[in-house]
Amino acid sequence: MSLRKYLFAGAAAFCSSALPALADGHEIGACLITKTDINPFFVKMKEGASAKADELGISLKSYAGKVDGDHESQVAAIETCIADGAKGILLTASDTKAIVGAVQKAREAGLLVIALDTPLEPIDAADATFATDNFKAGELIGAWAKAKLGDAAADAKIAMLDLNESQPSVGVLRDQGFLTGFGIDVGDPKKWGDETDERIVGNEVTQGNEEGGRKAMENLLLKDDGINVIYTINEPAAAGAYETLKAFGKEEGVLIVSVDGGCPGVQNVAEGVIGATSQQYPLLMASLGIEAIAAWAQDGTKPENTPGLDFFDTGVNLVTDQPADGVDSISVDEGTERCWG
Amino acid sequence: MSEQATDSGDSGLTGADTRQAEFEVHNKGVLGHIQHALHVNPTLVPVIILLLSVAVFYVATDGKLLTGLAIKVTLEQTAIVGILACAQTLVILTAGIDLSVGAVMVLSYVAMGHLAVTYGVPTPLAIIGGMLVAMLCGLANGLLVTRLRLPPFIVTLGTWRIVLATVFLYTGSQSIRSQDIDAEAPALKFFGERAELFGLQFKIMGVPQIWALVLMIGVFVVGWYVLHRTAWGRHVYAVGDDAPAAELAGVATSRVLISVYVVAGAVCGLAAWAAIGRVGSISPSSFAEANLESIAAVVIGGTSLFGGRGTILGTLFGALTVGVFTTGLKLAGADPQWVLFASGCLIIVAVAIDQWIRRVSS
Repeated sequence: MSLRKYLFAGAAAFCSSALPALADGHEIGACLITKTDINPFFVKMKEGASAKADELGISLKSYAGKVDGDHESQVAAIETCIADGAKGILLTASDTKAIVGAVQKAREAGLLVIALDTPLEPIDAADATFATDNFKAGELIGAWAKAKLGDAAADAKIAMLDLNESQPSVGVLRDQGFLTGFGIDVGDPKKWGDETDERIVGNEVTQGNEEGGRKAMENLLLKDDGINVIYTINEPAAAGAYETLKAFGKEEGVLIVSVDGGCPGVQNVAEGVIGATSQQYPLLMASLGIEAIAAWAQDGTKPENTPGLDFFDTGVNLVTDQPADGVDSISVDEGTERCWG
Repeated sequence: MSEQATDSGDSGLTGADTRQAEFEVHNKGVLGHIQHALHVNPTLVPVIILLLSVAVFYVATDGKLLTGLAIKVTLEQTAIVGILACAQTLVILTAGIDLSVGAVMVLSYVAMGHLAVTYGVPTPLAIIGGMLVAMLCGLANGLLVTRLRLPPFIVTLGTWRIVLATVFLYTGSQSIRSQDIDAEAPALKFFGERAELFGLQFKIMGVPQIWALVLMIGVFVVGWYVLHRTAWGRHVYAVGDDAPAAELAGVATSRVLISVYVVAGAVCGLAAWAAIGRVGSISPSSFAEANLESIAAVVIGGTSLFGGRGTILGTLFGALTVGVFTTGLKLAGADPQWVLFASGCLIIVAVAIDQWIRRVSS
């Protein structure tokens, strides 16, 4: 009998704790679903979304995959959001093709789905896409590296430090953008590694972290110790690659370029570890996304694309203290002020 | 099998068979003899696999695998996982498994880094603090395994996630930059490229870059000594082989198990210190697969996942084999996907050989 009493007491406690949530039921609900919640980029995104949601009185719930590529958790999160009666979803998809079915269900249930950072395939599977132009981000650092080298670009030896084996679209776009900016023929633009240009020493994967960058650079330097240009998928990988250069006594005269524009990365640009980085704005992406959901909930308006593009471009800037002719850039000071704003 | 006394002092046995206890091998042919030789020398298999890998990749890379630089890089890439694999071997010998080693290492170096760089604790104390954190994690694993009698797989699956979550929550996923460590606490990088302690650079024959390796070899030598020359080591094997029998024989199995997890934690702490030197920055997202890599090294090294069988030196060769495979494939120009593929095959082949050898005793 006493056990039953406990159960009743527990159930009563649960119900009373659930009541405030029910009372909130008339508020506008929104979901943020990111690839992981351990990447600083997504941490910033969550900060931006939470701040804007608080401001607009929207109740925000955040979900994330366990690791990059964890598709199942994201599908489950979408289903939870539909069941929860949310008005909209901000989604950074781990698997841009496979998620489309779940997104379709959400849209049919009347939710506004906005892809953040990573476009779905096809891109119109979502109501809108708020993203950095990752291809352009790569193109900027490629063009900068080429301009910096001048005539020597024709004999450059390039290391490509990519994200991971599964070639996610964000990694492919940056890689192919860099090569395009540098003036190298990319072959199939949907994958990296099929280029035949002799200036490319090789592609290695880094998992986007320092340890991976360190190892990948070692392996490429073993192939060719004359490497003088290093493309890195993000700034942690660049920091790892720099450690390898130091170990090999080659930190002078090698250009490292990267993408992200996080505050530690911009500081590395200031200190000369990274030559130039393309800065993106995750906080802005997420806060604009929340505003769009609020507008949708209010009068059913949908966000519009940037003219000439099939998504809403949240902007990208090249951050460097060594501007090159013909390549737009902002200073390190400005980059520091805006880092992941 | 025959067992006879050989003491010549007993005249009644004069002229008796003087052979010691032995197993007879009947009709097994050359293959059977090889199988037998491999069975009685468990370290031989990983050594052979390593030599074969070196030979194959030497040819496949036109000799590049054995240039000084390639050897140095391979050894350095092996060092951290090698040390972790040493901790893993201890746990696996007790018929357990420790899925948390990589995460414990990351928590330990994050603790070292934040104590030294963020809170300004003197570096030696910060290192000790990080080591203690790792040992506490080990203690928690050990207590959960022995007191709650939960399977080690489940316990460490849980603590792996708890520890990683703690790391990410605490750090906000931000790294401490290499330059900040250089400025605030250079001794954290003692095992790195430019080993410096209290302003002095330590070099061996003018080469300043091998301290993580020295540490790894040291850990293996101590591990070998402790496992094969001390009572504690024999108890570890006994607990892994047959815990109830060990208990009956007077071994305090719970205490041995707890001590194994604590020692494994301490080894993870050492790996953590070395990892800061290797990676440069203190990165919460690095070494995400270190636990699985350490298990691969142990398995390829011939230690049985069922406990009680295997040697720590086998693990050393197992870790080196993984290193040779990785460097070899990359030097040969294989795509990253194929490196992943081949390392999977390597694990299966190594365990298949191990199983084949075991059949000798059946």
